[in-house]
Formats: sequence, C-alpha cells, structure tokens
Amino acid sequence: MDVNSNRYTYLFSIIMVVIVAVLLSVAATVLKPFQDANMVLEKKSNILASIGLVSENPDSLFNSVIVEQLVIRSGEVIESEVSAFDLDMANAVKVPSNKRSVPLFVATYQDNTYYILPLRGKGLWGPIWGFISLQSDANTIYGASFNHLKETPGLGAEISTAIFQDQFPGKIIFSDSYDGIEVRKGDARTNQQVDGISGGTITSVGVQYMLEDCLIPYKAYLLKQVAESTVETHIETLADSSNTNHE
Amino acid sequence: MEKTAREPLFSKKNRRLLIDPMNENNPITVQVLGICSALAITVKMKPALVMGISVIVVMAAANVLTSLLRNLIPNRIRIIVQLVVVALMVILVDQVLKAFVYDVSKELSVFVGLIITNCIIMGRIEAFSLGNSPWKAFLDGVGNGVAYAGILLLVAFFRELLGNGTLFDYPIMAQLGVYDMGYTNNGMMLLPPMALIVVAIVIWIQRAKTPSLIEKD
Repeated sequence: MDVNSNRYTYLFSIIMVVIVAVLLSVAATVLKPFQDANMVLEKKSNILASIGLVSENPDSLFNSVIVEQLVIRSGEVIESEVSAFDLDMANAVKVPSNKRSVPLFVATYQDNTYYILPLRGKGLWGPIWGFISLQSDANTIYGASFNHLKETPGLGAEISTAIFQDQFPGKIIFSDSYDGIEVRKGDARTNQQVDGISGGTITSVGVQYMLEDCLIPYKAYLLKQVAESTVETHIETLADSSNTNHE
Repeated sequence: MEKTAREPLFSKKNRRLLIDPMNENNPITVQVLGICSALAITVKMKPALVMGISVIVVMAAANVLTSLLRNLIPNRIRIIVQLVVVALMVILVDQVLKAFVYDVSKELSVFVGLIITNCIIMGRIEAFSLGNSPWKAFLDGVGNGVAYAGILLLVAFFRELLGNGTLFDYPIMAQLGVYDMGYTNNGMMLLPPMALIVVAIVIWIQRAKTPSLIEKD
C-alpha cells in the first residue's frame, strides 16, 4: 500500500478524526460527573468564603450553615423550577432587574444571620463575578469576594485581592440617595464609597455597575425582611419589659 | 531499517536516550525550548510539579503513539497528525485534572492547553519518534519530560522559597524563624522576569560545569 497516495491520505485522516472524536467524547462523558461535583463544591466554598468560613469539607459545612436557599423576583420569594443553587447568574443578569429571578442564600453561623448574594458583571476583558454577604440588618456588608476570568494581572485582576475586598465590610448598600457601592478614584469618603484600583479603572467601574445591577433586585425583599425583624425584636422587647413589670 | 539482533531494553544507547536530556541535551537549558511555560507556572512548586507530570505523560504517550503509527502516517499530513495526537493527549490530561485535582487544574488553566504548543513535544515527535521504535520513543519522551519537569521544579523551588517563604505551601521560612532575624520575602521573585533570570543562572552554572557545551569562538 502506498502511504503517500491521495486516497490513503484521505482515508487515514478520516479514520483518525473519527477515532479521536470517539475517544474524546467517551472521556468527556465518563469524567463529567466528577467535574460537575468539583464545580458544585467550588461554588459552595465560595459562598462560605464570603462570610469568612474556610473548610476542608465545604459540603457538610455548607449544609449546616446555609439554612435557606431562596429564589427572589420583584421583592417576593417565588417557586422556581431551577433551584437557587443552580440558578445561572450569567443568564440571569441579561434580564431587566425588575423581572429578574435571583438566588439568595441565608446563612446562620454562631447565632448571626447573614444574607449572601451572588454578583455577576463585566470587567475590561471578560466577566467578573463574586459573592457579597450582608449582616443581619440586610444592609451592611459583612464580606465581599470578587473573581474574574481574564482581567490584567496587577491591574484589573487586583479586584480578587484582599487589599481591594477588605474595603467593603461595614459599607452600606441601600440608602435614600444611592443603591450600591460607588468605586471612586482615590477619594472614597462616605460609607457607600470604596477606592478603585489605579490602572484598573474599567474593571473598578465594572465592579460598581455589577454591585448596582445585582443588588437592586434584592432591595425590596431585604428591606421587608429588616422591617419584619425590627418589628419582631420590638415585640420581644415589649414582652420582656411587660414580664419584668409583672414580677 | 529494523535491526535483526534485538538489543536489551536498557542498552547503553537506550540509557543515553533517557539520561542525555537531563544534562547535555536539556530541552530548556540547552535547546531553550518550552521557556514560556517555565515562566508562567514556576511561582509555586505544586503547579510546577503537576505541569511537569502532565508534560511527561503527554510526551511519553504522544511519542509512543506516533512511533507506533510512524509507518502508516502519510508524509504530507504528518504535522497535522502529530498535532492531533498531541492535542488528544492534552485534552485527556486536562479532563482528568479537572475531574480529580480541580484546584490545580484551575491554577494551570490555560497552560494545560498550551502544552500543545510546547515546542519540546512537537520537536521530539518530529525529530525522534517518527523515526524510531516505540520503546526508544518512550524513553526519549520520558527523558525529555523529566528533564523539563526537573528544571521547572528547580526554578519553582527558588521562586517559591525566596518569594513566598514556602515550599509546597509549607511555611518553611517561618519555621526556620528567619523572619524574626529581620528577613523579608523578596516579592520580585514572584514576577515573571525572575523566572528567566533563574533559568539563566541555571544555564550559566550548567555551561560552566559542562565543557562540551561551551562554544569555541
């Protein structure tokens, strides 16, 4: 057989391509469950990391700490076909914020309640995302973590470092004048402003838009939660004081 | 083409295939191939080790496969066939890493894909395994892979130790107590240029020790 004839060359390439395709599809199918499990685990540890918890076994910690996983649309908890955990933020953010279904994770750890909200936005070169956790008043940031696909190392990519993220705890996200956190150029003063990254302006502004865009869908629901919990504590204090009166 | 007398598995010639790349024919320090990945993933030992193992596996497997097919591959499309074989191996390695060592695969991210473009692999297939028996091709692949991994680990050792004060994430410098004596980590070691400088120092030492590598002018 002449290995250099046209016929043989065509035949060889066709057979080669088919064999390689079969091999790759088998490998992809067999390994998919393992890879998916890894991604779920990573998401769980990211959610936990936003309230400062790191664990060797994120699975069990997640199950014990996260008490509620809700899907929220226009200020109400809705029954969704997709669970809060599986809800894909990349698709969700394409919907206008008043019609958007968004996931909300409620965590209880050492008697404190935290609300964990996923974020998704655009950086300079690609998507940026993260999680933000709120204290029990549902308005003060407890922790923030950001990540990115391909921002410039040393510039935009700095959003995933502690130096940038540590500015967020203690900031207020909802107020009468502005919802979200403003990323400023070096003159952040109020408790709704943080300093941006020098040389990473577009990514920093991307973080600001992401926060504004992703937090607004939660506003109505979270404010309602806070109102209810203040009423509850108020009633509790009333009950306490009336008890003491009777004694 | 084939020899009639069978030579032993580890004949002197075969041993040279395995050992030569470690020193006199090192792919990184002598042939200066595969430099880009040597820069990118030598900040820490663990990714460097995984990258090294991945390259050894890909290179050995791709070498053996092309060597087995060497009499069947049409000459005109041999580069395409080599690419397909290497790409197949790389994708398999990538999938396995994603399934079983996810955190490492995230760190290696694009560089696993870039094994395809690692000149060492294509170079060894084209120059060696297309003309030699599978066993020799295997030895050549393992030899070059180990040599590559060795340099990677050597560079990563100095960069992680001096830049981060750790080895395989173990805080060795803190354990030795050198921070109390006023020592600080050199953050510059973590930047890409320092990989080139470390490689250059390795090349310098190697050339000084190996007279056969010194060019006569």
